[in-house]
Amino acid sequence: MADKLEELESLVFAGKVDIPNTYSAGLVGSRFLIELRDNKKITGIKCPTCNRVYVPPRSTCKYCFGKLSEWVEVSNKGTLLTYAVAYQPSPVQPVEVPIAYGIVQLDGADTGLAHMLGEVDPEQLKVGMKVKAVFKVKKERVASILDIKYFKPLG
Amino acid sequence: MAERVAIVAAAQTKYHPDRSDVTEGELAYEAIEKVLQETGLTYADDGTGIDSSVTCSQDFWDGRTMSNLNIISYDGSHLSCEDKIAEDSTNAVYCAFGQILSGQHDIVLVVSHCKESQAEKSIIENAAFDPIFMRLLGFDFLTANALQATRYMYKYGVTAEQFAKVAVKNRGNAKNNPFAQEPMDITVGDVLRSKMLVDPIRLLDTKPTSDGACAMILAREEKARKLTAKPVWISGVSNCYETHYLGDRDLADCDALVSAARRAYDMAGITDPLREIDVAEISEEYSYQELLWMEGLGFCGRGEAGKLIDAGVTQMGGQLPVNPSGGMLSGNPTVVAGMARVAEAAQQLRGEAGDRQVPGAGVALTHGVTGFCGQHQCVVVLSNK
Repeated sequence: MADKLEELESLVFAGKVDIPNTYSAGLVGSRFLIELRDNKKITGIKCPTCNRVYVPPRSTCKYCFGKLSEWVEVSNKGTLLTYAVAYQPSPVQPVEVPIAYGIVQLDGADTGLAHMLGEVDPEQLKVGMKVKAVFKVKKERVASILDIKYFKPLG
Repeated sequence: MAERVAIVAAAQTKYHPDRSDVTEGELAYEAIEKVLQETGLTYADDGTGIDSSVTCSQDFWDGRTMSNLNIISYDGSHLSCEDKIAEDSTNAVYCAFGQILSGQHDIVLVVSHCKESQAEKSIIENAAFDPIFMRLLGFDFLTANALQATRYMYKYGVTAEQFAKVAVKNRGNAKNNPFAQEPMDITVGDVLRSKMLVDPIRLLDTKPTSDGACAMILAREEKARKLTAKPVWISGVSNCYETHYLGDRDLADCDALVSAARRAYDMAGITDPLREIDVAEISEEYSYQELLWMEGLGFCGRGEAGKLIDAGVTQMGGQLPVNPSGGMLSGNPTVVAGMARVAEAAQQLRGEAGDRQVPGAGVALTHGVTGFCGQHQCVVVLSNK
């Protein structure tokens, strides 16, 4: 054994905390996801006090803390608020790079919806461009945010 | 405020890409040992020593729940009171400040540690996102922050060249900081030619993987004056959360930082930050963030920070040097980054910052951030008077 600690090899052990989790969408979140799955409809929820339409919907208004219950259907078309194009692969990505990400304010909504962008050359992306939702086919829809495949440029 | 709280000692490890030669506790102790030696303090709850510790670490990075268990034998928490903060470590400084002002404790040790080398960054960051609506899309902080950078450029006309100037300035400043991990002589062209990771963010717009720790001792005024001839006073502090969901706010703005800064400035009696603050240490995990956070901190109007970097206002020798240390871009681990800012600013206000000293610095702004797109912002104002 080496006399000096500095001369020893420093041992490092591999490990992995592997925890199965479940996450509740809540009834408001569930209704939104079920509408995506069953009807290809994007729904929001309106605060009667602040007059804001939230997409995705949530059960309370973050401004007035009021309880929300007024459902509204918003358009599947909207405006691109910002975008980014991932070229760097990572283990959490759902599809292969390059992946274009965007935040889309749907017509009738006051908030943006974060999702992926498709059927577009990254060079053509512009803030303010009109996009529309492309849904997966019925048998692939499972009441998930990924039931929307991506948003593509309109026209 | 009747009672005042001072930083009486602050120390950092040298930041390094891979400290696999030490445990988390051993790494933390490298910084703790320095503040114990500087003050001559030991752990004691009888009024003669450190009577509480606030630690800062994050379970996912440490790979165990109750990550503070990694360091209880190194920070005295098995002998006295201990609290853990799992956000950026500026919040640990805030917590210790509150413990002292409450009258509960007199002398508090604050320690932050993180070894980014030992876990997969994108998986940890992805787990910070809401699991139903955002996590499945594969976001990590890099991709979310790229959405913020694009929006910031679009709304205010700030450019990739201006972001690159931040990367050049800070890595150049790091040459004067013996604790910095990646001092570099680079040009704007080098940044703009570096690998595109997530457009518009390139490799040199980001910080390297980093391991390190920071330790600090805070004390109430009466004790502080006995412990050091150069106390650094915490004159203002506050924090604030943004909304979580990415689409809920305009990412080109940072209202949480505006709010946190306003409260911290009110406490510190600051009305004109650009004129009254001598040096700023801002947590810029990405180059664009230094400019965006400067606007949130009220150093200029919205969309005007690009002009300040162009005019050299924030370089060494400018009106307000920002990140003389080299900032996060030169290598600090997440979690530790905010305390590194506070420790650097404390050295500045003691006139002990060596080659990176801002001459005559009396008031410093420090800032820490947790999460993507400036999710949680914390502002700490320091003064040597």
